Amino acid sequence: MQRASSSDSRVTAGTVALAAIALLIGGAFAGLVLEAARDPSGAVSAFDSYLFRVARFTLWQALLSTLLSVAPALFVARALSRHPQFFGRGFILQLFAVPLALPAIVAALGVLALYGRAGFFAGMLGAIGGQSWPGIYGLSGILVAHVFFNLPLATRLFLEALQTVPADQWRLASQLGMGAAPAFRLIEWPTLRAALPGIAGLVFMLCITSFTIVLTLGGGPRATTLEVAIYQALRFDFDPARAVTLTLLQIALTFVVVLALTRLGANMTGDANLPVAPRRYFSAGAAETVLNALVIGLALLFVAGPMAATLAAGLGADLGRLAGESAVRQATATSAMLSLLSALLSLALSLSLVMARRALALTRRTGRRTLLEHLADTGAGFVLVVPPIVIGAGWFLLLRTVSDVFAIAPVMVVAVNAVMAMPFAIRAIRPAYDAASERHERLCAQLGISGWNRLRLVDWPSLRRPLATGFAFAMALSLGDLGVIALFGSDSVQTLPYLLLARMGSYRTEDAAGLALLLGLVCLALVLTADWLGRREKS
Amino acid sequence: MMPISPERSISVEKSAAVRLDNVSFSYGETPLIFDVDFPASEITAIMGPSGSGKSTLLNLVAGFEVPRSGRVLIGGADVSTAPPSERPVSMVFQENNLFAHLSLEQNVGLGRSPSLRLNDADRAAIAAALKRVGLAGKESRLPRELSGGERQRVALARVLVRDRPVLLLDEPFASLGPALRDDMLDLVADVHSEQRMTVLFVTHQPDDARRIGRNMVFLDGGTVAATGTAADFFVGAGPEAFRRYIGSGPFAAGSRDVARKRT
Repeated sequence: MQRASSSDSRVTAGTVALAAIALLIGGAFAGLVLEAARDPSGAVSAFDSYLFRVARFTLWQALLSTLLSVAPALFVARALSRHPQFFGRGFILQLFAVPLALPAIVAALGVLALYGRAGFFAGMLGAIGGQSWPGIYGLSGILVAHVFFNLPLATRLFLEALQTVPADQWRLASQLGMGAAPAFRLIEWPTLRAALPGIAGLVFMLCITSFTIVLTLGGGPRATTLEVAIYQALRFDFDPARAVTLTLLQIALTFVVVLALTRLGANMTGDANLPVAPRRYFSAGAAETVLNALVIGLALLFVAGPMAATLAAGLGADLGRLAGESAVRQATATSAMLSLLSALLSLALSLSLVMARRALALTRRTGRRTLLEHLADTGAGFVLVVPPIVIGAGWFLLLRTVSDVFAIAPVMVVAVNAVMAMPFAIRAIRPAYDAASERHERLCAQLGISGWNRLRLVDWPSLRRPLATGFAFAMALSLGDLGVIALFGSDSVQTLPYLLLARMGSYRTEDAAGLALLLGLVCLALVLTADWLGRREKS
Repeated sequence: MMPISPERSISVEKSAAVRLDNVSFSYGETPLIFDVDFPASEITAIMGPSGSGKSTLLNLVAGFEVPRSGRVLIGGADVSTAPPSERPVSMVFQENNLFAHLSLEQNVGLGRSPSLRLNDADRAAIAAALKRVGLAGKESRLPRELSGGERQRVALARVLVRDRPVLLLDEPFASLGPALRDDMLDLVADVHSEQRMTVLFVTHQPDDARRIGRNMVFLDGGTVAATGTAADFFVGAGPEAFRRYIGSGPFAAGSRDVARKRT
């Protein structure tokens, strides 16, 4: 069926979105390569023992972080799915969405406020160890922060996967008297296993490109990742040749691992029908209930801890004075504007790719996937492998000779953050879009509903909620990002995280805690509002 | 009579014969070959075992599938590569005929305008169509407030306002109870006698075929195994494969209760 691929406006939209992403990434590489070409010996000499040590640490921390996040998440998600109704369940799921929206720098401060040398737990931990608590800088700090971020994320994604199990299967299971163990083996595990490579891959990529956490919690050359090394090479040593070498190594490492993870996974086929009834067919025994409560409780404590610490430390700051500072007000306004634009751009790009992938998959059906479809499917995920720092730096180097780089700072921040948020936005949008398409595709084709009409009449109503969710995440991610702005930030363009880092750097810890609270609360409010909006629109 | 929305449909006669001229198609492994005529203004039942290609045949006529070779002709016009919305065809599926978030009026109105820009005449036509299928005054209801049978009536109402010369029914009443199904069949028969459209009706129920089908096309193994009048088929003049498919006993006896059993 060539008909649809040639005439479908969805494919055109996806192609345009891919072209925009390619331009953003390609331009950055052009900048880096052109710069490195001036000094090729630098790129070669960058292969030294330091580089390999950094590469090994990057991989090691990412693997450990993935393992520690994903393995417990399987059990937390299963526990939550076995108990679809209990007091506080909705609150826990809301809370598990917060780390995703919480800026990395805020979480890092929260982790330090809790487990750091002067943290709330320092006295207790010191008493257990029998000596003064050294704090958790280095690998342990990085792992705690990464698990804080990715355990709740993986849990929510696994839970989403479990909710795709048709109600009839659960009805059948309870009719057949399936206990918890066989139900896990025969129903839950196949679903989880199918979702596992995608989720583990996402977490791994997030960890391998995590910048802020390693910058603030990593300690010295023993706990430095490629990404931080790239930043240092550009920001302090101004050695673009070395940065290119580091970047290529990072991309190669991640690419190989992600490819391996993808090979493990089966392709999950979607279910055409909406669930007819809410599933309430569980019969968890007393022992299982206690165990599940324990699993959920531990995860809850681990996730809520740093948030509570952020709150407590932030309330200790002189918030009134901070709110009155013009630098804070200016940074807040800049952050709000840039993240709003970034979120809108991110949604537009994501929706285009989701629609194009679906349209291409429908026309293909059984044959091999074309390159275009493959890119529309996984292109956004691979964006995670390319660090925002590198994109920013590449454009910085490319444009510094032709224009004022600080003038393009807002454009760079908006564009890079939009692309970085795409994997999240796509995860929010795609299942809903594909499910709606499954129901509506033939009907739309028959009635001639396409293009704008289809978006307005058919897709928008089923996408409002996922779009609101995607928007909130994209905006919160952009609001808290400390990637591109670390390079482009100046006195004239400051965002809140940039200001926060500056206050940390000058040891104004109280100010930093206060700003972290502000930033965290704004992101939280954003997520809750969008969630509420989406739910209201749906009903 | 409500006019065909002028800009969209390939114009053909009010009643149009459907012809599949050596159409070949393959979905996965099994090749399908159809060479068959469906006479204009008549109801033809299409029967056959699961996997024999019944739904694919309808999809080829509707334009959801494009033949690998051969031609699909409707009213003499070659529509083999025309997109579904431009074919002079309406189709009712087994489910998912309605958009769950749109009211009945909007769902039916999409048959008039895919952008849902409706004028007073459109609204009047929609109200008349809903009345015709027994859902008068329920314009602002949502599909979830209706029973399964009522939802299929809404789909038929849309067929009425679309007013295309060919109607494809892909087991639309398979999930309804016997009495409801009989009502729906009567409705289809009534609508057909008023509008004289060409109806292709895929069903697993021999009783459906006997009730409203004048002609019969029997598919087996991805091709047309036999054609004829429904009456001939049910007195035992059909091919051996057909008799095996329906099971011989009950039909000679003509017991409708047994005949209604799901195959």
